[in-house]
Amino acid sequence: MEIGLNHYLVLSTILFAIGLVGVMRRKNLLMLFFATEILLNAVNISFAAISHYYGDLTGQMFAFFVIAIAASEVAVGLGLLIVWHKKHNNIDLDNMSSMRG
Amino acid sequence: MELFLYTALFSPLVGSLFAALFGASPKIKIAGIVPSALLGVSLFSSTMLLILVFTTDITLHVEMMTWIATGDLYIPFGFVVDQVSVVMMMVVTLVSTVVHVYAIGYMENDKGFNRFFSWLSAFVFSMMVLVMSDNFAGLFIGWEGVGLCSWGLIGFWYKKESATWAANEAFIMNRIADLAMLIGIFLVYWNTGTLQYYAAFTAMPSLDSAILVWMGIFLFIGAMGKSAQFPLHTWLADAMEGPTPVSALIHAATMVTAGVYLVVRASPLYDLIPSVGLFIASLGAFVALFAASMALVNRDMKRVIAYSTLSQLGYMFAAAGLGAYWVALFHLMAHAFFKALLFLGAGNVMHAMHDELDPFKMGGLNKVMKGTFVMMTVASVALAGIFPLAGFFSKDLILEVAFVENHYIIYSVLLFTAGLTAFYSFRLVALIFHGEERYKLFGIHPHEAHKFMLVAMSPLLLLAVIAGSFKMTYFEMVTKVLPELEYHIHHPITFWIMTIGTQLFVAGAILYAYKKYTSREIKVPDGTSKMENSFGYKLLINQYYIPYFYEEYLVKAYRELSDVLWTKVDQKVVDGTVDGIANILYNTGDTTRVMQSGNLSTMLKWMVAGTVALLSLAVVFGLAARYSGEIKIFLSGLGV
Repeated sequence: MEIGLNHYLVLSTILFAIGLVGVMRRKNLLMLFFATEILLNAVNISFAAISHYYGDLTGQMFAFFVIAIAASEVAVGLGLLIVWHKKHNNIDLDNMSSMRG
Repeated sequence: MELFLYTALFSPLVGSLFAALFGASPKIKIAGIVPSALLGVSLFSSTMLLILVFTTDITLHVEMMTWIATGDLYIPFGFVVDQVSVVMMMVVTLVSTVVHVYAIGYMENDKGFNRFFSWLSAFVFSMMVLVMSDNFAGLFIGWEGVGLCSWGLIGFWYKKESATWAANEAFIMNRIADLAMLIGIFLVYWNTGTLQYYAAFTAMPSLDSAILVWMGIFLFIGAMGKSAQFPLHTWLADAMEGPTPVSALIHAATMVTAGVYLVVRASPLYDLIPSVGLFIASLGAFVALFAASMALVNRDMKRVIAYSTLSQLGYMFAAAGLGAYWVALFHLMAHAFFKALLFLGAGNVMHAMHDELDPFKMGGLNKVMKGTFVMMTVASVALAGIFPLAGFFSKDLILEVAFVENHYIIYSVLLFTAGLTAFYSFRLVALIFHGEERYKLFGIHPHEAHKFMLVAMSPLLLLAVIAGSFKMTYFEMVTKVLPELEYHIHHPITFWIMTIGTQLFVAGAILYAYKKYTSREIKVPDGTSKMENSFGYKLLINQYYIPYFYEEYLVKAYRELSDVLWTKVDQKVVDGTVDGIANILYNTGDTTRVMQSGNLSTMLKWMVAGTVALLSLAVVFGLAARYSGEIKIFLSGLGV
């Protein structure tokens, strides 16, 4: 059986769902970053696959952009995370409720 | 000549605005003198216009500016000076000039002196707009303007509860009638496509007679309100709460005659519908008798004169309804002179008696108030219709009209009323000026009014005496626009019997009144005499219980209804809806604020939920758009 576009899309969907569940369920900030990474890469897979399917490079270029931005986002995020850890000695989401309305 | 038209129209407005400048400041004499002088200018201009119209038969018609021009509707601020309106202009400006000068004296000790003149001049301006307008819309503006000024002047002493009540009563009664008047005007516009008198009346003969009847009826209901005809008459007697110059100007000479003017102005319409005309005449005759009967027993000097005005307005409507428009207008003019004179005389008496209005507490005033005595007597003689004073010519003419037109019931009612008129007028004169000096019991020291007030009244005195001699000149002039109908009793013997008979009847009534009320036995009634306890007296002194009826069955019912609407509809339904919407917003806010827990994890969950919801919506709409054809077929299959 040849591996076609649908397989990639299914893989992408499964990864996206895993990422989404991770975003919703995880209470550890570090794990949240991982889950976000999974989400972004799930989308990247779709971009690359569809780009290949249509023979159009735009999608792949988009994927590169996403990777670049994800990297910088994680860099900033980790920086903030370290500062938070130094201050409060934990990175549990349930403790971050200073935005309570 | 247009200059005269504009000065006649606008100088009262200028006077009013001038007096209004001092509205809040203490009394300043110039606020009375300038408006009076400006009214003199207006009177002069009107006289010039009268001379022009009379000598050359030119009628002036100007369009000052466009007021409303939209689609087919075109209403200009147009003014017309023709034979009819110039007569009204003369009456209005003459009486108001006299009243203004008189009021400088009458109101001299009043705190609201400046305000009074502002209102009074504004009234004259509105009245001039009313009589000079060349279309129904302009007439209506003037009509409402005089209504407003009348409200302000009846309630002039606004600290008095009864005055504000009377002002509101007058205003509300007039609003009821004005609604009908507006409907009438709409009918005219709807069916003729114009509000200009000339064009509208030209288009009317080709209309369906049923429509014309409705037009006539609705316009006449408007006239009934302003001219206080039954059943909208109660406000006029109560309007006597205002200062006496106001009663003289507004509630005797000018505003209340606006209804008659409307009928005269709309004579081409009423000529087409004689049935409505007959109704007007019958109502007029009824009101003449009805009001005169109430005047017989009333113990308030001003109210007696007010009922007499009502009764005379009935005469005018009787004449106008029978198609004798020029006779109605003639009586209007003559009546304006002697009735204003009578009221101003009553004002002098009131001042002398320190605002005492009960004639039973006066008596013998002719010794201290010679000038007023002469004037009021002459005015009463004129009102009673004794030859050769003004009232004789005009009132006798109305009787002749009724007789010649073979309306014998109307004729006899009017004839009988003429006797009553003479009786109540001289009951008043006798009680005030003759007999015992009963005022001494009350410790009042009466004094004559200022000389200049008497001088100001003298033009009215003169006109009350000689106005009748203008009859033929006047007839020639106004019949150029009004139907030219001569009323001659064919047989000279009948004529003489009728005239002399009427005169004897009236003179008899006068003598009877004198005999009855100059006797030494007259005491201030204390409610114990036999007459005061008779049914007829009680009926009359309570004005046929009509105000009572209105109060009990209309005002109270209306109040109940308003209360119900207020507590049930307004508070429960209207306020309930508004408060309900606000409450929904508050409650959703209260319940949804728990979402803002500040917990990042919860917020992320909400974010995901929101994304899912939006995505599903997008999918649903996408599918719906794609399969719209099928959905339509499916729905039509369900019979939606």
